[in-house]
Amino acid sequence: MSHLDIIGENVPRKEALEKVTGAAKYTNDDIRPGLLHVKMTTSTYAHANIVSIDTSKAWKVPGVRAIVTGKQFPFLTGTPLEDRPPIAIDKVRYYGEPVAVVVADYEFQAKKAAELIKVAYEPLPVVNSVSEAIKRTAPLIHENLGRYKRVEEVYPEDNTNIANRTKIRKGDMQKGWMKSEVIVTANVSFPQSDHAAMETRCARAEILPDGRAIIHSASQSPFVIKKVISRYFQIHPGKVIVHTPLVGGAFGGKVSIQLEFIAFLASYAVGGRMVKIVNTREEDFITSPVHIGLDARVKLGCTKSGELIAAEIIYLFDGGAYSDRAAIISRAAAADCTGPYNIENVWCDSLCIYTNHPYATAFRGFGHSELTFAIERAMDLLANKLNMDPLELRLKNAIAPGNTSPTQVPLNVSNIGDLSKCLEKLRGLMNWNEGQRIKIGNNKVKAKGIGCFWKNSNTPTNAGSGAVLTFNPDGSISLSCGVVEIGQGTKTALAQIVAETMKMDINQIHVRMEVNTETNPEHWKTAASRSLFMAGRAVLAAAEDAINQLREVASIVLRCAPEELAVGRGRVFLKSEPNIGISIQEIAYGYTYPNGNSIGGQVIGRGSYILKHLTKLNPETGAGNPGPEWTVGVQAVEVEFDIKNYTYRIIKAASVIDAGKVINMKAAYGQIMGGMCLGLSFASREAFSFSSTGVIQNTQLRTYKIMRLGENPKYIIDFVETPNIEGPYGLRGLGEMGVIGIPAALANSLSLASEVELNQLPLTPELIWKTKKGDQSDLV
Amino acid sequence: MLTDGSRRLVMDIHVNGEIRNVIVRAADTLLHILREQLGLTGAKPGCENGDCGACTVLVNGWPIKSCIMLAVEAVGHEITTIEGLKDTPIQKAFLKKWAFQCGYCTPGFIMNCYALAKIHPDADDTMIQEWLGSNICRCTGYEEINEAIKSVLASNPHLGAKLL
Repeated sequence: MSHLDIIGENVPRKEALEKVTGAAKYTNDDIRPGLLHVKMTTSTYAHANIVSIDTSKAWKVPGVRAIVTGKQFPFLTGTPLEDRPPIAIDKVRYYGEPVAVVVADYEFQAKKAAELIKVAYEPLPVVNSVSEAIKRTAPLIHENLGRYKRVEEVYPEDNTNIANRTKIRKGDMQKGWMKSEVIVTANVSFPQSDHAAMETRCARAEILPDGRAIIHSASQSPFVIKKVISRYFQIHPGKVIVHTPLVGGAFGGKVSIQLEFIAFLASYAVGGRMVKIVNTREEDFITSPVHIGLDARVKLGCTKSGELIAAEIIYLFDGGAYSDRAAIISRAAAADCTGPYNIENVWCDSLCIYTNHPYATAFRGFGHSELTFAIERAMDLLANKLNMDPLELRLKNAIAPGNTSPTQVPLNVSNIGDLSKCLEKLRGLMNWNEGQRIKIGNNKVKAKGIGCFWKNSNTPTNAGSGAVLTFNPDGSISLSCGVVEIGQGTKTALAQIVAETMKMDINQIHVRMEVNTETNPEHWKTAASRSLFMAGRAVLAAAEDAINQLREVASIVLRCAPEELAVGRGRVFLKSEPNIGISIQEIAYGYTYPNGNSIGGQVIGRGSYILKHLTKLNPETGAGNPGPEWTVGVQAVEVEFDIKNYTYRIIKAASVIDAGKVINMKAAYGQIMGGMCLGLSFASREAFSFSSTGVIQNTQLRTYKIMRLGENPKYIIDFVETPNIEGPYGLRGLGEMGVIGIPAALANSLSLASEVELNQLPLTPELIWKTKKGDQSDLV
Repeated sequence: MLTDGSRRLVMDIHVNGEIRNVIVRAADTLLHILREQLGLTGAKPGCENGDCGACTVLVNGWPIKSCIMLAVEAVGHEITTIEGLKDTPIQKAFLKKWAFQCGYCTPGFIMNCYALAKIHPDADDTMIQEWLGSNICRCTGYEEINEAIKSVLASNPHLGAKLL
């Protein structure tokens, strides 16, 4: 029997109709009478001691039920490093940090009271950049850094502002530089920016009389919320129940746990009543975690023919006031520090630095669009110096089976894919050989730039996922798993994997979009492009388990051995004689004989998956295996640049990515296109503007600009499919990949167009003008 | 007069063809009342500052950001929210073109597109960009949304030939 070939098909999103009718429910759409509202008072200084907090006027606002300050619950949270109080205790470390929390009957009452809380501060010197932060004389942002508890792999340095340092030491640098005939150095930098998901972060909490904590949250990490609420408030994990409905965009920003702690404390303060906290856009921009900033120095050495020999790399990530996931981002950037090139001799120090900026967390790509910007700028400098086509230089050094990664993982066709094939495809799609800089008259030039990327994941070594397939009386299947639907469409793709494996109609697979940690099997986090990969493996195992159960029951009814049976098209049948069989509907709830005797019982398939053979990195050399596979790819941008006034239009953007196997082509296109748009928006205009005292000037969507319809380019997208043996149907991670090479490709195209090296973001006409003029004195 | 010194107004507003009775503070936005009192949560808060368009509804057929309109101003006007649209061509086009991912900005975009197709069935690229530039989508690359509105405009029997 032929299978249904659902892999790769454009199966519509399972939740599509809800989303075009307004029926789709997000965390803040659950309207409940009696719910209390929480509002924060946030710091007006970037670095200051808290002298006193006067709540007397706030208490006089009618409807106020509780006011909570950090001193009432003095504890520190954070993974990998516990360095952050949910509400500031003795001092504030960034502008916008929560200082006090008001609970009131109505939102406007809570807001009014929060505004009436008077906080007296004693200002401290502000550390306003990573370069200031690493000076020996820099004020310490965390005086007790050495005493903080480490929850995961992290290497803070006491009496400094360094939250983590990851070292890569591969090969022999002395030899590497001796053999290098051509050397370039690139210094790049960009400030922090934001995820700006359209749904601001939101959480509800209630504590029931039996001690159960019920949390609702717009989160990528409901199972992490369960663990940390359990850990910090000493509640049995089974008594912490977290609900996450549809999430309105996340991009990494909803990985961290922040409002959930505040909501829990607020609920505790009012005897467990249900409370809700919703970020304003302004709070979502700066009070909640942001997109990391970076200062980097990349030195590359190669032979005259362009063969890369040595790389010396320093990444200084602006992790802001608290380390959160930024510490792991600095590690992830170290692990893939060279970009997708074969370099035998590598020295890299990747640091997460504390500053008095908002704290940073995961952002789509997890450090990779950032490191790629640095590496790919250096690659273009090198190509320029060698007088070599930038695409040829990349092709010559493209990572390949037989090479090793910076962390010394041996590479093979399964774990690394085929970057060279991606480059060759892109060459054709972008009409690369017509020339990369073409004058088109009217003071305008067209220019093309590229950027190659790779990305592995940096999850905990034991990250995993589970799935349960429950049969319905009609033989259809309900799929239960812990993946959050954040817009990426994973649950639809998972349904396709079930349908393919069970050889069933996709409409017979039902998926619940909401995650409930009490009833769904755990999924580590919906992050790191690991959801379809890990949950897909769990689903495959669950489908196999269900098939075995179906064959077991059918073999009794059909009087044969289970292994003689196959499952497909809603039936279990003899492989040798397919017309002898029984419908799944007749056995999904057990089989009942004509006399009433019954056998079997409801078929419930279960599967789980855990990443395997991963190791921590050696603290001295970085050697180790941080993730299961790489996705490689190349991206290009074509701009039309006005050489008189430095404005430009982004005409085309292209991506060729080795996806391993595309499960849903339309969904994959959407992910890559959206990622490219996000990358272009970030690289061309997005950045926080800090005053000299660390105050952020642009906390609204009218001052923090985001790309809008009509500013987007024409997208060109293609895939290469080199199967990854570990991935379901050979797939590789895809969700983050559209972003990663784009900032570099844009910078390379504009550097070529403007004939000046552009090593900073965002690439505004003003920046290009200033760089061209050589007036960099007032730049970051 | 309430204990906090504020006042509430009881009023009728016309929403999705129905007359609905609501109790409103003078400072309540239309968005707030639609969501909190009428349970019409399709209109979303995204910035509550008129910058993102996620809260867009129609007032007498024109797209308005309900976060910057007071509820008291809605009296005597016809309000249409995403819940008031059923099987419209623009909703079908959004489905067909995969013009959404997370779905949070979608109701606002659909309302704006719906009004554009009604008011300017002959809208060209510039007008499409002018209108839809008032909404933000952070997930898609905008191309899908652009295709969706264009397919609806092009399907207008009187204008199809001109646009294609």
